[in-house]
Amino acid sequence: MQWGSVQAFFDMGGYAAYVWGSFGFTALAMLVEVVSLRRRASHLQDGQETGA
Amino acid sequence: MSSRINLYRFASPATFYPLAGRMIPWFSWAAGIFCLTGLFISFFVAPTDYQQGEAYRIIFIHVPAAWMSMFIYLVMAGYSALSLGLNARLSGMMAQSLAPTGAMFTALALITGSFWGKPMWGAWWVWDARLTSELILLFLYIGYLALHSAIDDPRRADRASALFALVGVVNVPIIYFSVKWWNTLHQGASVSLTRAPAMAHTMLMGMLVMALGFWMYSIAVVLMRVRCVMRERERDAAWLSALKEVE
Amino acid sequence: MTIAILKSLLMRDIRLAMRRKADVAAALFFFVIAASLFPFGVGAEPTQLRAIGPGVLWVSALLSAMLSLGRLFSMDHADGTLEQLLLSPVPLAAAVLAKIGAHWLVSGLPLVLLAPLIGLQFDLPWRELALLTLSLLLGTPVLSLIGAIGAALTLGVRGGSVLLALLILPLYIPVLIFGAGAVTASAAGLTPWAGMSLVGAMLALSLFFAPLATAAALRIVLD
Repeated sequence: MQWGSVQAFFDMGGYAAYVWGSFGFTALAMLVEVVSLRRRASHLQDGQETGA
Repeated sequence: MSSRINLYRFASPATFYPLAGRMIPWFSWAAGIFCLTGLFISFFVAPTDYQQGEAYRIIFIHVPAAWMSMFIYLVMAGYSALSLGLNARLSGMMAQSLAPTGAMFTALALITGSFWGKPMWGAWWVWDARLTSELILLFLYIGYLALHSAIDDPRRADRASALFALVGVVNVPIIYFSVKWWNTLHQGASVSLTRAPAMAHTMLMGMLVMALGFWMYSIAVVLMRVRCVMRERERDAAWLSALKEVE
Repeated sequence: MTIAILKSLLMRDIRLAMRRKADVAAALFFFVIAASLFPFGVGAEPTQLRAIGPGVLWVSALLSAMLSLGRLFSMDHADGTLEQLLLSPVPLAAAVLAKIGAHWLVSGLPLVLLAPLIGLQFDLPWRELALLTLSLLLGTPVLSLIGAIGAALTLGVRGGSVLLALLILPLYIPVLIFGAGAVTASAAGLTPWAGMSLVGAMLALSLFFAPLATAAALRIVLD
């Protein structure tokens, strides 16, 4: 643990935008992938129950 | 029953579908644990870099994402070879399911590389050998996806994209070599994104754990996708309607 | 006997292409026009043009090859000749090689001959012009060979020519780097033969592998 304060942690030595931007973008991409797959699966599930 | 028969048993979509369904939660949990551990190491264990300050922490996403992008392409090529060689339906579906995740990691590697490059070298993009090769890999993924979606018959689409994936995988070393050569020829980009800081033990640890997390995540997501693909393709198959889903 | 068949296949393709001279000429004019666009874009300052000349010519050749590749299999596919080729006793890879050879003679070779003229527009010195021509002479067959794989994969597919470009352009990058790089190296005082021999190596490799891959692609698309 090396952060002087919570503020320092969020600040990332001035590079906050880049670091949090990167981590945030990654988390977002992975989230979008999972959510869209779940929607695809449930959409198919509904289709199967009502259709075939 | 010999083990050989057992191996082929799961090559049928009907048997693989429920197996995949049971595997997904395990890999999801593994992904969560490894990623959280990796994040912990990235932020609380790995020391501040002497030269690059805190911005270097992007490496904990950039490098694992790049590793995954290349690894997934190899696995995709492997399944492509199987689908062409054995004419196996499931192998084709696996290759098709791997591509979007591979493309995502490639894009992430490029974007995080960009976010790393800007504070470090002052430019949003540098034509360094590794980043440029990564860009070309993205083109190869996109080509694969475009070819697959352009052909209507799914079996034919599988086989055509499989061939393209194999042509691509053979070309990847050639492309990498040519880009490195090109980089040394045009001395312009003398800064290299790949001259990483001297690796503290903890930094390597962090990257490996994150990579493991990404790997578990990829397996879970690809299994989810292949189940969707199976559902979509085998819409009329008896095994599908006989399946009792308790989701 | 097979050689005779291949030879007649080659001659037939050349004859057919000659009957549609407009298509062939159009791709060549595209090469000229595309290359001429760059000075409009970046300015006509001679030092700059000399620096970008080899690269511009190579990229224009690449794009022109892209345009002409669509024709490689499409007409034979339309009239059923391609299926006949698949069924014939001639090895498909050899037949494909003959067709690619004809395609190069008609689309690639004229480009090689035109290149020095366009190179003059970029104020390239004689040595560089000669090296450029040699690099294109070795490189344009590679473009035809690798391009044939893409042409086969996208045969009869919607959005064929754009998809072809998407598939093939990443694969073209190494030849582009080595070919243009050989000329640029010479301009920088280094030896051009490193790049040139790498283009030669790619030619040898693609001469062997591309027809096989193309034949496999044709079987996938036509079966």
